[in-house]
Amino acid sequence: MRPSPSAPAGAANRASSRAEGGSEGRAVSPPRAAGACNGRRPRRIRGVAGRGSGSAGTRRNARCPPSLLFYKMLGFLQRPVVVTADINLNIVALTAVGLLSRLWRLAYPRAVVFDEVYYGQYISFYMKRIFFLDGSGPPFGHMLLALGGYLGGFDGNFLWNRIGAEYSSNVPVWSLRLLPALAGALSVPMAYQILWELRFSHCAAMGAALLMLIENALITQSRLMLLESVLIFFNLLAVLSYLKFSNSQKHSRVPPADPERARRRVASACIRAVLGELFPALLSALPRPFSPSWWFWLALTGVACSCAVGIKYMGVFTYLLVLGVAGVHAWHLIGDQTLSNVCVLCHLLARAVALLVIPVIMYLLFFYVHLVLLCRSGPHDQIMSSAFQASLEGGLARITQGQPLEVAYGSQVTLRNVFGKPVPCWLHSHQNTYPMIYENGRGSSHQQQVTCYPFKDVNNWWIVKDPGRHDVAAPLSPHSQEVSCYIDYNISMPAQNLWRLEIVNRESSTDVWKTILSEVRFVHVNTSAILKLSGAHLPDWGFRQLEVVGEKLSPGYHESMVWNVEEHRYGKSQEQKEREVELHSPTQMDLSRNLSFMARFSELQWRMLTVRSDDSEHKYSSTPLDWVTLDTNIAYWLHPTTSAQIHLLGNIVIWASASLATVVYTLLLFWYLLRRRRNICDLPEDSWLRWVLAGALCAGGWAVNYLPFFMMEKTLFLYHYLPALTFQILLLPVVLQHVSDHLCRYGALAATPQGLRVKGVINDDFSVTWNGFRSQKRHREGTTGFRGQSSGWLGDESNRRGWGPGRAFVA
Amino acid sequence: MLCATSRLLAATALPAQPRGGGPAPRCRRRELHFPGHPELSLCDFLTGQLVRPSVPAGRRAILRRGRMPPAVGRGLAGSELRPRRGCCGPQAARALGPDVATEAAARSLKRPAPGSRRFEAAARWALLALVTLLSFATRFHRLDEPPHICWDETHFGKMGSYYINRTFFFDVHPPLGKMLIGLAGYLSGYDGTFLFQKPGDKYEHHNYMGMRGFCAFLGSLLVPFAYLTVLELSRSLPAALLSAALLTFDTGCLTLSQYILLDPILMFFIMAAMLSMVKYNSCADRPFSAPWWFWLSLTGVNLAGALGVKFVGLFVILQVGWNTVSDLWHLFGDLSLSLVTMGKHLTARILCLIVLPLALYTATYAVHFMVLNKSGPGDGFFSSAFQARLSGNNLHNASVPEHLAYGSVITVKNLRMAIGYLHSHRHLYPEGVGARQQQVTTYLHKDYNNLWIIKKHNTNSDPLDPSFPVEFVRHGDIIRLEHKETSRNLHSHYHEAPLTRKHYQVTGYGINGTGDSNDFWRIEVVNRKFGNRIKVLRSRIRFIHLVTGCVLGSSGKVLPKWGWEQLEVTCTPYLKETLNSIWNVEDHINPKLPNISLDVLQPSFPEILLESHMVMIRVLWPSPFDDFSKSSWLSTNLDHKSLAMGNNGLKPKDNEFTSKPWHWPVNYQGLRFSGINDTDFRVYLLGNPVVWWLNLLSIALYLLSGSIIAVAVQRGAHLPAEVEGLSQVLLRGGGQLLLGWTLHYFPFFLMGRILYFHHYFPAMLFSSMLTGVLWDTLLRLCAWSLSSSSLARGVHVVGILSLLLGTAYSFYLFHPLAYGMVGPLAQDPRSPMAGLRWLESWDF
Repeated sequence: MRPSPSAPAGAANRASSRAEGGSEGRAVSPPRAAGACNGRRPRRIRGVAGRGSGSAGTRRNARCPPSLLFYKMLGFLQRPVVVTADINLNIVALTAVGLLSRLWRLAYPRAVVFDEVYYGQYISFYMKRIFFLDGSGPPFGHMLLALGGYLGGFDGNFLWNRIGAEYSSNVPVWSLRLLPALAGALSVPMAYQILWELRFSHCAAMGAALLMLIENALITQSRLMLLESVLIFFNLLAVLSYLKFSNSQKHSRVPPADPERARRRVASACIRAVLGELFPALLSALPRPFSPSWWFWLALTGVACSCAVGIKYMGVFTYLLVLGVAGVHAWHLIGDQTLSNVCVLCHLLARAVALLVIPVIMYLLFFYVHLVLLCRSGPHDQIMSSAFQASLEGGLARITQGQPLEVAYGSQVTLRNVFGKPVPCWLHSHQNTYPMIYENGRGSSHQQQVTCYPFKDVNNWWIVKDPGRHDVAAPLSPHSQEVSCYIDYNISMPAQNLWRLEIVNRESSTDVWKTILSEVRFVHVNTSAILKLSGAHLPDWGFRQLEVVGEKLSPGYHESMVWNVEEHRYGKSQEQKEREVELHSPTQMDLSRNLSFMARFSELQWRMLTVRSDDSEHKYSSTPLDWVTLDTNIAYWLHPTTSAQIHLLGNIVIWASASLATVVYTLLLFWYLLRRRRNICDLPEDSWLRWVLAGALCAGGWAVNYLPFFMMEKTLFLYHYLPALTFQILLLPVVLQHVSDHLCRYGALAATPQGLRVKGVINDDFSVTWNGFRSQKRHREGTTGFRGQSSGWLGDESNRRGWGPGRAFVA
Repeated sequence: MLCATSRLLAATALPAQPRGGGPAPRCRRRELHFPGHPELSLCDFLTGQLVRPSVPAGRRAILRRGRMPPAVGRGLAGSELRPRRGCCGPQAARALGPDVATEAAARSLKRPAPGSRRFEAAARWALLALVTLLSFATRFHRLDEPPHICWDETHFGKMGSYYINRTFFFDVHPPLGKMLIGLAGYLSGYDGTFLFQKPGDKYEHHNYMGMRGFCAFLGSLLVPFAYLTVLELSRSLPAALLSAALLTFDTGCLTLSQYILLDPILMFFIMAAMLSMVKYNSCADRPFSAPWWFWLSLTGVNLAGALGVKFVGLFVILQVGWNTVSDLWHLFGDLSLSLVTMGKHLTARILCLIVLPLALYTATYAVHFMVLNKSGPGDGFFSSAFQARLSGNNLHNASVPEHLAYGSVITVKNLRMAIGYLHSHRHLYPEGVGARQQQVTTYLHKDYNNLWIIKKHNTNSDPLDPSFPVEFVRHGDIIRLEHKETSRNLHSHYHEAPLTRKHYQVTGYGINGTGDSNDFWRIEVVNRKFGNRIKVLRSRIRFIHLVTGCVLGSSGKVLPKWGWEQLEVTCTPYLKETLNSIWNVEDHINPKLPNISLDVLQPSFPEILLESHMVMIRVLWPSPFDDFSKSSWLSTNLDHKSLAMGNNGLKPKDNEFTSKPWHWPVNYQGLRFSGINDTDFRVYLLGNPVVWWLNLLSIALYLLSGSIIAVAVQRGAHLPAEVEGLSQVLLRGGGQLLLGWTLHYFPFFLMGRILYFHHYFPAMLFSSMLTGVLWDTLLRLCAWSLSSSSLARGVHVVGILSLLLGTAYSFYLFHPLAYGMVGPLAQDPRSPMAGLRWLESWDF
């Protein structure tokens, strides 16, 4: 609830603000407004959360010159400060019921349910602050779940190994599941507000919320430690806040009758925007664009989008949708010639900052927090580069701690391939030789094998030797053997054991070969072949280790040719003194400080995107086509003895009717489009715009959250459909209201009862709430009242405006 | 003479026009305002100086409709369209509104001197002839070199031979391109005997020039097509000339046109479709006239051609589709057209752009299947029923017993396309991969190791013993399958399968047919009642393992080397019904049973068509669960065995890094067509870097200038007439080309398959045309903004000329890439190409 300062129309500005309706007139009584507005629609009473901006597009306070602001300020002094509060009981009730349905017996079952087994291990990692790598999504979602664990005091000691395992007493099940449940519960009132902001009726909004409330798939998914409900929450939040933002924007831009006046108004609006920046106290009196609520909703849109992306990559599509809608709106803004160029630029900049810059920063922030939290080495270290590993506590950092930084002749080193595919490995050699003749009949050098070995081993150590030639290139001669490279390209003879060293990586400004930091290539001096990991496994004679080859035909840079020194010992050099100095020299560095956040971020993000999980089929996996028809389910949990079960299964009535609504919407949209093209406007203009916007967000939201799955090559489950489903559910009341407003009453008003009945079936439980909000609606309708014989159910807007629903408008 | 005439015309026709963008005559070209300039030269002529005597007053109406009025001498329209315009005048007038009608009337009065008109037309045709000649000259120069197989000639030449030999093969591309190659070879006297085994093989006495000549011919036509398209889009001769020059002097286009490849054919059809679409757009004011019908149906024909060569043709179909939809949308909004007329428009497009191409496309397949009637390397990809129609195949005219009986020797084929027959061989699973028992795989080719014997589960007696009566296998029976060659039973147990860890391993087990209860399988026919007999080929059967309850299937994954890169067979515990776990019996040998002829099973043409597309789709876009494209499966089954076709593009060849789509416009890395070492005759497919980088720059410039103009228009800026005309060219004409580039380029980012540099060339055509339009327009804008007339024209002329000369000179530098080089590699400073290795990644 929001207190709104009631300082209406002070003495000084009463004259001017009557007609315009001062911005502060939030709690003004309807009759006055109606009278003053000269037949214009009365302004809505501003309500709490969501009823907010209302559709009364007649705020023209933009015209009041800045000098009057002072008087407005004085108005505070002249009148008592009264705080009135509107509380939309619908929202309160919906929130309550939502919470009840999602939180009731939340801790049951006290066992690992389905994917909790997957997310749980990451929560444990967070609790123990151990680094991990999960390619399924950005870290924000995992962090949110871990936050629940943190709040519940979880110590991370639980072995997440199988579905159905009983939780031990140290696992705070309730608080672990709390955040997803809360997100699921809050989605219910948000559905209500979205429809309201789309300027559909309370009844439609209520319908959407109730459908969300009783959809059992959503309930199931929300009550467990899973991420879909959180994703849905942020998706809806992004849409809702964008709608709030665009509604608060729109009301300042009533089509002006007189362009000159409009120009002045806009200029003053911009001035006020600047003023608002400077004196926040004035803000409450300022008009819509650049007002605090405008900024708030705009920024919230960006934040919600980035949160959605931060939970699952799928969130990107909702983000793109919102961006697209914002882009179209901005394009219209550019076309609005009543705005000055500066003003347009300000608008565009504000949007760019909020919708592009904020999400990027937020996304980086998630990773920053992630990396700050996970500071200890863990089981997934190996996938990362040596430098990254060294920045974690323990693990490689412990080994490499205190080792000399710069590689010198005589150093003993291990060389790790930078590419790390198929597995990270170290350059390796062992006593065995290449076979005389390969399987396919070719001969070999029969020399000692050089391979790449994915485990640490004594045989991974090499010594850097000085050939006593020139100083720039440091040739490396392998330790006590000749290098033999692969068959096809290059067979090195004992004489040809000189390799030229090329430092290729980002810090190539330094000419010294450094441990871990330097990424180097080895170029064979005689043949100019480059030492490379081919990625193939050798046959049995090579112990299935990875093949190392000399790549002669180098098509440029590739990571598989790049190596770095991981462990480094300065070996038994002849000059004892020099060695002593070297070992105790202060060249040791703190690598974690050396590797910048951006470097760590980009490496982590890249590995997350490229890490390939075993996409095997699953018993309950399904294809996107199965989802629409609900031809699949997932058994989440089964009690071993009592056979109590949890299944993820949708409500077939809702799914089918929502899909039907999508089809109807698409068909109707095409029908209207074609008719409008022939200049037959079935719908009044604003009702058409409302219809299109609702479709763009709801049907579009469904499409962008559903269709991409057809392109994905991973194992898919029914729950992947839930974000799309929520948008589809929102579309259902939209279509119903539209049908009842514009189609059912077309021929004869006698058709109304049918319309009622149709809705009565689906929204049966609406009738309970009907009485509850009817009074409010009356109130809002003000003096204009009902015009004609309205159905009284869904169609208040068009009635109030006095538009016969079926009348054709010719533009 | 030329200059004199034009000067005369300019001087007489345009007396003292007001300068700048006055509202009155909407002429688009600055030059027109300064008539009688003393030094009209050939350059002027080239830059389109030739004279538009009268400037239509109602240009704006046309502009709004997105058609450029003929700025340059209007010769093409004049020469070609004028007479027709006369005949369908009323219609045009109605479409364009009254002001245009009056204008048309005025125009007919003030028709310029016939001499100049003829002269313009002649100039235009002369230039076209010049461009065409140059293009043919460059493409046919040293066409016969090298006289050995280059790169993918090994595939497409081979496939041409298959057509001549009428041998059935399978390829992932539709047949038209290869059919044309075959036809060209056939007509030029190639007898189809050359083996086309591997790149580098000498052609010797075989006649390969016919096929190369055919491809070069189509490749040469790209340049005049580009010229005409740009001319139509921009009405500007310099722009057309520039585009044509970019393509003529591009070494990449040249190289790709000189060999027996699908690309020149594909590009030919794409460009032809584009040209006819543009032509038909410019007939839009005379709907249902003869040229309108001609160009519309020609568009359809070319679409069918493009799609018939490669599926990349789909992109140009999208482009034409988009164009058509927006066109119809415009027409639909024209309230002066009745719905009946709209219906006619719609029907015409459906007929010409959907029905006609589909019919032609289907016809190519009909020819394909008619010509290829002999058994060949492609058989294994297709169902048994299909194979029965190929002569030489063992199913052709074959007769087999109809119902399975105990003792029958059978082959079992997976119903999923391109998975193959159930197979086993005398090799064990390696250590660590489940139990160390005999491997069971699927294999695409016919082999004795595909034979299995059906036996009763509980008795080991020989069912073929004549003393026993014949006992049929029925739905629901418990059976054993014994591998004929090794006498081991099909077996499964609770060990994980080698690749799909969640499935059970399937092995061959037992000695001489004696195993254990894990060898028992229940045979079930899908959707049948218990007790029914099982039919050869027709019945879709499943094998359910009795002990574990799992279903025999193939995961479609390729086993490593130890499994000979055959496909994995598993027993899946998930009983979901997929094609991977359904089989049918193909060969069936049982001497005790009467045979029936298989001819009754021959599929109809629609079935064949559907099936071949299913196979292509499966090979091109494998489903998520088989790692099919990423493996060497195709190479094993297609190349090495030299049985099926080679497939260019699904598997990286040795020593080749596959290229990424972002490499292409940058010209990052070429493709070696022939030769590696310094003694070889080397041909390297690489775009002319000057052309390509200019194209790249132009796209960026286009986006920039386009968005500036769009924003300005949206802000309601009032552009001067000239600028508005030019910006219309840029937005509409350039937009078409940009769309073409986008459609032919960006989808590759989504493709999982292996990609090659040459995939970019269709997009490159569009990008070159865009460059022509853009630079001409930008130079005109520059010229317009200059105050001095001579300077203005100078800027334009110099700009265009320097671009032309620049590309020509760079072609001179880089031509050895296309025409072949011998001698040291470019890394070597002694090489003549040493200075030209501008990027490290070029290795020529």
